[in-house]
Amino acid sequence: MPQTLTTLKETPSQTGGPYVHIGMTPNFCGIGGVFPADLGTSMVNAKTKGERLTIVGRVFDGLDTPLRDCVVEIWQPDAEGLFPGPSEWRGTADANFTGWGRCPADAESGEFRFETIKPGRVPFPDGRLQAPHISFWIVARGINLGLNTRLYFADETATNAEDPILRRIEHGARRDTLLGTRQGNVYRFDIHLQGAQETVFFDI
Amino acid sequence: MTDTPAPNHPPETGAFFARDRLWHPAAYTPGYKTSVLRSPQKALLSFGNTLSEITGPVFGHSIIGELDNDLIHNFAQPGEAAIGPRIIVHGRVLDELARPVPNVLIEFWQANAGGRYRHKKEGYLAALDPNFGGCGRVLTAADGSYAFRTIKPGPYPWPNGVNDWRPAHIHFSVFGSGFAQRLITQMYFEGDPLIPLCPIVRTINDPAAIEQLTAVLDMNATIPMDATAWKFDIVLRGRRSTLFENRLEGN
Repeated sequence: MPQTLTTLKETPSQTGGPYVHIGMTPNFCGIGGVFPADLGTSMVNAKTKGERLTIVGRVFDGLDTPLRDCVVEIWQPDAEGLFPGPSEWRGTADANFTGWGRCPADAESGEFRFETIKPGRVPFPDGRLQAPHISFWIVARGINLGLNTRLYFADETATNAEDPILRRIEHGARRDTLLGTRQGNVYRFDIHLQGAQETVFFDI
Repeated sequence: MTDTPAPNHPPETGAFFARDRLWHPAAYTPGYKTSVLRSPQKALLSFGNTLSEITGPVFGHSIIGELDNDLIHNFAQPGEAAIGPRIIVHGRVLDELARPVPNVLIEFWQANAGGRYRHKKEGYLAALDPNFGGCGRVLTAADGSYAFRTIKPGPYPWPNGVNDWRPAHIHFSVFGSGFAQRLITQMYFEGDPLIPLCPIVRTINDPAAIEQLTAVLDMNATIPMDATAWKFDIVLRGRRSTLFENRLEGN
């Protein structure tokens, strides 16, 4: 008998459920006094370098009803394309930028909102530069395993055209589901869980 | 928010092992009705990790308050305590290579001893406990270990089938060192007869995977005359070794 591989299985996921806010954004759902503030509500400060942007959007179910109970997290590099934290070996990111945001959908409109900066470009493993993008992770009641996707910027036509991930998407219409559209300094990025406009979700 | 990592833990920079999506629940699980309209139906786009997935947010001890790991007291009035069976939940966060994952944030939330959540959308008739909020958080230690005090949550009915009940459970949100390790799960209690009946548990196909979510009574960690202890280890995705990884010139 050959040797055995001593590896463990990843802990299986379960839905965040309808009360995901209690654990992740307790102040948002009225549980005050336990944590001073909800994590991830502020990504930038007055000294953060880069172009200020607001990202807004909603997450829609298969009947085009916005989810009002989801939580969205984002992760992105700073304006120079460097990620905060110890896994970044290429340099040191802007100390005034957290790179990570968390926002519960508004209980009435379902809208999420992030105040952030335009991310810099980050290399693909083979050295090609990726287009600027922001990683998204969506959890909610009814979502059994958190959903990964990316926001790209619709006005980055040239960099999007050479992005290794976008180029891998076979159907042009599906590629467009990853584009946030600009109005002033606000990008709108709506996410569709199902249907003709279903967002491209990732297995990463 | 970023603390300098301990010098004995070099930065983790490898790509993650592929996720076993047959071990996790599928997106579309009609026994859990809410998943029907919230499950993507098109194929996922698979690609190897880039820096956007390999890196992730890191949290420092500065965010952790004195009572963050004590749900019996962190919402209670001074001198009071939450009602319910006093328990300790402890374990380690490991990766798929069984290596400890230190300095990562775990958040947890749960119903009170009667099975009632402190949330405006909660409609169960069980009483609120004025001294129980239901949330806490910890950072794992250098050996990946964590522990917190709480009360054992009660089971509760929920509107799915006409008579569906959730087994007693605690929700966990876990950060690793990379964004692609991000995980939400639920911990169940050994011996609960509601576990095999629950439509949310049954979104998982493999009985061994359900067992992985079931904490075991740990008499050796129990505190006599105070609290029983339950051991719950969490496994995050493992990373490839970077020894033989192709790197760009100059990197």
